[in-house]
Amino acid sequence: MHNAIEIRDLRYAYPDDQAAEHVVFEDLNLDIRQGSFVAVLGHNGCGKSTLAKHLNAILLPEGGSVTVYGLDTRQEENLLAIRQQVGMVFQNPDNQIVSNVVEEDVAFAPENLGVASEEIRRRVDAALEAVGMLAYKKHAPHLLSGGQKQRVAIAGVLAMQPKTIVLDEPTAMLDPQGRQEVVSIVEKLSREQNITVVLITHHMDEAVCADRVLVMDDGKIIADGTPKEVFTQIRLLKSVGLTAPQTTLLLDALNQDGCALPLDALRVDECADALYQKIKQAKA
Amino acid sequence: MEPVLEIKNLSHVYGVDTPFEHVALDNVSLSVGRGEFVGLIGHTGSGKSTLIQHMNGLLKPMSGQVLFEGQDVWQNAKLTRQLRFHVGLVFQYPEYQLFEETVFQDIAFGPKNMGLSEQEIRARVLRAAGFVGITDKELEKSPFDLSGGQKRRAAIAGVIAMEPDVLILDEPTAGLDPAGRESILENIRAYQAAQGASVIMVSHSMEEIASNVDRLLVMNDSHLVMDATPQEVFAHPEELVRMGLAVPKVTQVLLRLRALGVDVPASAFTVEQAEKLLLPLVKGGSAVC
Repeated sequence: MHNAIEIRDLRYAYPDDQAAEHVVFEDLNLDIRQGSFVAVLGHNGCGKSTLAKHLNAILLPEGGSVTVYGLDTRQEENLLAIRQQVGMVFQNPDNQIVSNVVEEDVAFAPENLGVASEEIRRRVDAALEAVGMLAYKKHAPHLLSGGQKQRVAIAGVLAMQPKTIVLDEPTAMLDPQGRQEVVSIVEKLSREQNITVVLITHHMDEAVCADRVLVMDDGKIIADGTPKEVFTQIRLLKSVGLTAPQTTLLLDALNQDGCALPLDALRVDECADALYQKIKQAKA
Repeated sequence: MEPVLEIKNLSHVYGVDTPFEHVALDNVSLSVGRGEFVGLIGHTGSGKSTLIQHMNGLLKPMSGQVLFEGQDVWQNAKLTRQLRFHVGLVFQYPEYQLFEETVFQDIAFGPKNMGLSEQEIRARVLRAAGFVGITDKELEKSPFDLSGGQKRRAAIAGVIAMEPDVLILDEPTAGLDPAGRESILENIRAYQAAQGASVIMVSHSMEEIASNVDRLLVMNDSHLVMDATPQEVFAHPEELVRMGLAVPKVTQVLLRLRALGVDVPASAFTVEQAEKLLLPLVKGGSAVC
């Protein structure tokens, strides 16, 4: 499997008003494989969003390089191609919707790319279908719920047919149902359409569905592994202002009391099954 | 418990006589006791925001009443104005409302409007900053130079500085990391304890609601459908899911165990509570109910 994104020795600093600059990355290295689902965790200000903005050339490296599908982000002639390959979805759905009709909003990007109109029609329908919003194509976006708006925003990105989608805290403003809707759509895109997904989130339970979890602190990647490998490191997560899913915390609390339970039963059903096995053993 | 804020048969309709007519609140009644920590949950569009905007007089009831300390707050303009100082409302993403040159001035805006003396304003700003952990150095900064978490705290301090009897917060922890969320909640609890104030918190995080509130209000389609302890509310997982809500993950684990035939009550909603219920089962012996 080849890499969608390759980051080599990335250095980046934000200018600060006190003349001193605020260094975010110094020598960051990261490869993201095509088709993988990567969750990025870290406390506020750790560099997650700065990283996301490097993935489609909103920000450019000051040192080192970011290569997206073989294209160097520092080369201006690559810009359009990069942004077609890597779509972004942000936190606030209201800031991302430009049209008064759902299907027109989704058509915005392909229109700008100069796609032929029959092809736009086809792409818009396919994108709305993929996020389960086809029935709403004639609706006004501002009358939709937060979760629905966010799905429309995702459809707007899908209509560009990108190979990678980067989502920067897409569920922060949503209610539980809206969160569930968005997360299951993202999971589906990753599994069924081989789209690379980079999901930045503060909700540990959303990261459980990823193939790979990255934990960032102070511009560095301090943990990188499967959800099971990362979330079992509860002390490490707490030391950087994060936490583990409630399932892991429960198993850990019981283990502190002397029960030998597997910490990596992250999903609710896995956790309940692990407990069930123990309870059966205890009875016997 | 002595009620401080009461809502009686409150209804509100948006866009009356237009094609967009929408009933946001339908005959809602509730009361909030002094010093109580109340959670408010409901799906997007269920009427939560409309309800809290009535609680501090930003919206006028179309029918029904809002009472503060037993008095109808709309009986005269003076009482309505007073209500806005007694009931402080922190909106969602309040940091977008910071506007002054310094954090100090921003926090001082509310007390200044109350017509307090310079000295009292200063004392209140410092107290409010203390509750939320804003340092003296930060008070002199422009609010726009603070980090996201500190901006949120400064904005909350601006409401706390009015020293309201009832503090209402609409998703105060949205968009913050776990440590930031916990620390804001501690700030809120510190204010509640020191002032004996009531707190009403809107949140979409069931885990957060479960471990903080004494009582839980559930809104669904413009009705108040549940008003009970978290324990009682989370005992109805199917209903909550049908309303677009959820139960905390540990409660889901207990429900799943019950479905597998384990004799354990699904009444825990924090990790500690679930640990207590499960420990005797996992270690052998029977659950103590």
